[in-house]
Amino acid sequence: MATSNKPLVWGPFAAGGTITAFLTPALIVLTLLVALGYTPELLAYERLHAFASHWLAKLAIVAVVFLSLWSAAHRLRISCYDLGVRADTLVATIVYVIAGIGTLAVAAWLWGI
Amino acid sequence: MAEEMSRRPYHREVPKARWVLDHARYMRYMAREATCLFIGAYTLLLVVGIGRLAAGRAEYEAFLDALRSPLSIAFHLVALGFAVYHSVTWFNLTPKALPVQVGEEFLPDRVISGAHYAVWGLLSLAVLFLAGVF
Repeated sequence: MATSNKPLVWGPFAAGGTITAFLTPALIVLTLLVALGYTPELLAYERLHAFASHWLAKLAIVAVVFLSLWSAAHRLRISCYDLGVRADTLVATIVYVIAGIGTLAVAAWLWGI
Repeated sequence: MAEEMSRRPYHREVPKARWVLDHARYMRYMAREATCLFIGAYTLLLVVGIGRLAAGRAEYEAFLDALRSPLSIAFHLVALGFAVYHSVTWFNLTPKALPVQVGEEFLPDRVISGAHYAVWGLLSLAVLFLAGVF
């Protein structure tokens, strides 16, 4: 039977593309407000710390971070190929490893909250 | 093997990266793909923020302070533009990825995209509301 890792790579890409399409603009608005000097209540230390203490929130944050990073990594990999960088295995390894490190870092930090 | 064959198929020369500029359609495609740089960078910023949150109050508040710079505001505005462009292009493609058949007919594209836009709007408002923006 022919095997391919394509669904494993592409599945999280599609899921991540969808979740970033729905969520990322609103998240950017939240930190843009911080940048403009108006910090939304949820982003105050006590509130966000309490929010991130709940296991369901931890799970959701890790899932959103993983899917966002993975879909960005996958798109970047394909764009590199499109722009003439043909060392695909190397590019794929670098971008997916960065996505993996980011996810593991968030999981480890949330574990400690 | 291939060299020994007498026929020599024509290979059109494609410039490595400059092809993007050849057509407005290609540039829109690359603009769509470039959204990943901003979404990726922004998500890494969130990762750092979670790290600072875990480190403690002083570290987290220093992180928020660091966000308050003209460079950060500029980054947020550009990233917001690209993120919205990603959402629009993604939802415009949903009728291709998720065609919905009702009886003999397929639902019109604008119904499927429109439903996604509506959910996107409601969800964004919900996020802002739950975060205490209004």
